[in-house]
Order: sequence, then C-alpha cells, then structure tokens
Amino acid sequence: MNQHSPHPKMTLFSMLRLPTQKARKESSEKEIPGYTTCPGCKKEILRAHLSDRQMVCPQCGHHFPISARERLNMLADAGSLQLLNLPACPENPLDFPGYPEKLEENRQKTGMPEAALFASLKIYGQPAVVVVLDSRFFMGSMGVQVGEIVTSAVEYALEQQLPLIIFSASGGARMQEGILSLMQMAKTSAALARFAKEGGLYLSYLTHPTTGGVSASFAGLGDITLAEPGALIGFAGPRVIEQTIRQKLPEGFQRAEFQEEHGFVDRIVPRGEMKSTLGFLLLIHQKGGMPA
Amino acid sequence: MIKETELQLDQLDQELAALREKSKVPQLRIWQLEGERRKLLEAYPELTPADKVYLARRPKRPGVRDYTAALFQDFFELRGDRLNKDDKSILGGVAFYHGIPVTVIGHCKGKNLEENLYYNFGMPGPEGYRKALRLMKQAEKFGRPIITFIDTPGAFPGLEAETNGQSEAIARNLAEMSQLSVPVIAVVTGEGGSGGALALGVANRLLMLENSVYSVLSPEGFASILWKDSSRSAEASAMMKLTAQDLLRFGIADEIVPEPRGGAHRTPNAVYTALDEALLRNLKELLPLSGERLATQRYDKFRKIGTSKEAI
Repeated sequence: MNQHSPHPKMTLFSMLRLPTQKARKESSEKEIPGYTTCPGCKKEILRAHLSDRQMVCPQCGHHFPISARERLNMLADAGSLQLLNLPACPENPLDFPGYPEKLEENRQKTGMPEAALFASLKIYGQPAVVVVLDSRFFMGSMGVQVGEIVTSAVEYALEQQLPLIIFSASGGARMQEGILSLMQMAKTSAALARFAKEGGLYLSYLTHPTTGGVSASFAGLGDITLAEPGALIGFAGPRVIEQTIRQKLPEGFQRAEFQEEHGFVDRIVPRGEMKSTLGFLLLIHQKGGMPA
Repeated sequence: MIKETELQLDQLDQELAALREKSKVPQLRIWQLEGERRKLLEAYPELTPADKVYLARRPKRPGVRDYTAALFQDFFELRGDRLNKDDKSILGGVAFYHGIPVTVIGHCKGKNLEENLYYNFGMPGPEGYRKALRLMKQAEKFGRPIITFIDTPGAFPGLEAETNGQSEAIARNLAEMSQLSVPVIAVVTGEGGSGGALALGVANRLLMLENSVYSVLSPEGFASILWKDSSRSAEASAMMKLTAQDLLRFGIADEIVPEPRGGAHRTPNAVYTALDEALLRNLKELLPLSGERLATQRYDKFRKIGTSKEAI
C-alpha cells in the first residue's frame, strides 16, 4: 500500500488535524500539515481538495485508494444503500499461527469484518447488487470468507434477478488459508458461470491492484470490464515477473491502459465518471428501454 | 530429509541398469545391489510434507506422457489454441480408455533440462489453457469424458503470458469447466501449483497420488511472501497443509491413489495399476449421470469447500 495515502476513515476534522507524532515521523520531512504528497505528480495536495474530488489528484488525476465503504457511498443513490450480511465461515481453517491476530489487526485498522463488502443499492434509480473489495484489509486477499461473500452476492443477484457489479482490489489469494483460498477461485467462477447462463449482467470494475487469484477468477469474467486509470491488473505481480525473466518491465506494463490496449478492458473509467458510466450500462441492459 | 535416500537409490538404479545391459550379466553383483536397494526401500522413512514436495517434483516421476502411454490406447494428440499458438506445456488429445473414447489433457514437464526448456518446465501460458478449453468443449460436444493430469509449478509468470491474458484464460477455464456436461476427473500426479493447476482441475472427482501436493503457491513463494526468505520452504510446506492427505481431509481431494514404497518413479507399474483401478471405478460411477447432474455435482463440490468446520 502507498504510504502517502491518507487515512481511510478520514473525516474533514481528522484531515485538518495536525499529524500525530508518529505520522509526522513516517512522512517525508517536507510534508506540510493538512497536505499530502501525490505519488503520481509528487506535488503537495490539500487533503480537503482530494476529498472533494473523490480522492483523485486535481493536478495529475492519480487515483488514491479508497475504502469499500467510501466507494459504496460514492455510488449509491441517497438512502438506497443496504449492506447485506456477510455469511459466516470458520476462521483460520488451517490453524495458521498468528493469523487470528493478523485478522484482528486488520479489523481494527479498517473497521471492516473482512476484505469485501456486499450491498444492494440503486444507481440513478436502478437496483444492483454490489461487491467491493478493500485493498487496505489484508491486501484485499481472497480467503474462504471473501470467496463466500462474492459467491453469495452472485447467488443473491441471481435469485433477485438483479445486475451484479464487483469492484476488485486484491493482491490475490489469502496465503494463510492455503489451498482453501485457491478453491475460492473455482467457487466464485462457477457461481458466475451459472449467473451468466441465466442471462445475468455482471460488470467487473478493476481497481488498483487486481492481481493473482482474483484477477484469474471472478474479476476476469465480466460481461463488461471497466478499470480505473493506472490500476495494476495482471496475474503475476511485476516483481515475480522480473525475477523470472530477469529483465526490467517496460513502463506502464500491466496497467489499466495496457490491458485496454491488449483487449482485456473495455474502457478506462475515471472515478468521476464511475456512477454515470455504471448507470448507463445498467440502463442499456434493461429490457424495454427507459426505466420507470 | 528424503533427498539422501533418493540419491542413493538413483545411484543403485543407474548401476543396475548398466549391469543388466552388459553382454555377460554379472548376476552376483546384481543380487548384491538389489539387496542394498531393498534395504534402502525398507528403511524408507516416514515422509514429511517437505519430503513429499521433493518427491512430487522429481523429474523421474511419471508424467502425463507416461500415463497416456500406460493407461490409454491409441492416444492421438491434438494441438493448438486456434488463436495464436500451440503451448507445449500442456498436452492434449483423444484416446480410448477401456474401450471408451476420452479426452486427455495434462501438464507436461521434462525429464531433463533440454526437455524442460521445450515444455517450459510445465508452466503454461494463456495459449495452453485456451488449448485445454478448446479440447474440453470439443469433448463436451462429442460426449467424451475428460481426464486431466495435473503437474505444474504454476502458470508461467512471463511478459508474453501476461500480455496475452493469463488471468483471463485461467478465469475462463474455471468458469467453463464448472458447466461442462461430461464427466471430468482430474488426477494430481506431481505438484499442483496454484491457479495454473486449478485451471485443469474443476472436476467431478479429484484423485491425488499419495505423494503428490497441491497448494495455493509454491512453498518457496509462500516463504518468500510471509517471511521474505524463500529458503524456509520446508517450514512453509509443513504449515501450508498441501499433502494429498490434507486435501482429502478438506474434502478437496476425493481419493488418494497409493504409491509403492519409494514413490511412483521407483516402481511406475504399480502406480499405473492403482491409478487405472481408481480411474475406471470413478468413471463408471460418473458415466450414468446426466449432463445436468454432472454440472450440479461439480458445482456443489466446490460450493461447500471451506464453509463448514466439519469439512475441515
């Protein structure tokens, strides 16, 4: 994760507050209180400005990571957002040492029970089922619980005859759940195959980063695939590839724009156009034209 | 560590093979060596997970080409993904299995460096997965059961593979395989590495050879991610729960195919016999099911993995 990214649960108050002793130590010496350095253009950006612009840098358009909850709030029509219950799964199935503590840490840090949220909401009056992965929680990695959230969302969308939108942001499989994590790839893909067979609409929205087992399962199976500018999208991470082929990767390799160029993304959609784009795509897939 | 025993056995096998080729076979020496070999095998230790990883990767271990020759009749190779190229790291084709036409697909590893370069060490690119999918859809069209052999370190993490859509190819296989209306049986013969293995593994039945392993990532990769130290792979192997026995417990593997003492590569014929028995029995159980039943059974199998404590 980017160390310059602002605190996820930021309110206007906390944004204007002076950084704590620890934060000041971690940030670069030049950093001015209330400002953050954009990793895209390296300029100092007033945090309040970022927050006004859906966490997109006003100078260079760099998309800062946002939390799953923020994403849902940006997307949902007022009053339409309903978080759905996360199905319960056994925790720490492999009895992996230190994993429960790590999970707890991530929960404290993000205020989320797991790396994905599952909700129903309306976009310009059109209902949809939405899953959002949160890269702050264990790198958005997919263990049994995340696999279960995605699969339940697909099944719910099928049952309710609703379109499905999944925002991916993940480093891949959750290592601490081993082979059970790997199997979530098959589970989620199988659920989507059923959904597709029944004529369900699935919009896959790839955000930074979408790699590994997530990119090679549900994220790769959209009827339409959208991506946020600059998002890293690929199966193997850049470091692994560089180690394998023993050469430096070209600039922009595996970025959203690269994937669009090579035919794996339909359109790059900046965050400011996210809602209107999804609204349009829902509309054009409605049988019978204009919504009521 | 099993490595020492294995290298001693290799040495003996090599010597024995050389002696047997001589025009005047020195029988006494052969008996002596065979005695030593027997002793080593009798003293073959209890295998740790790291030992199994080592055995599962031994180049001498039978691979898809060996199984195809031993178990199937008149294998006819089919090549290419019809889009771009023929990926040598996946072998596919049609054959008779006990008189039943089947489609056979499997990861190809080499037995030496030269072969491995040809087969890319059993690490497919998207073209390999697309070839596999083409052959699976073809099998479905003609109502042929599909038998896959899994043995790969993983999908190839290369420039070209990424550019050509490694993720999409794997994801597509997972989705499409789940819907197939013909029986699918997958056999993990060596190492089942990550999504690259799973892309041939969405099956009605998953058989695993006794010393095979199947994991989310290689133990080296796992150790390197968790501890930034890939040399701690033996430790990682133990924590990852990647043996056939672990996977049977998780309900991911359905059956373990026994290997003789010393592993599949030491006495391949014993493994061919055991696998043949298991394959035929499982296939006969699946053959009467309708296409819809087969797809539902496959869906349900994966749907419940990891969701209840009892299964774990």
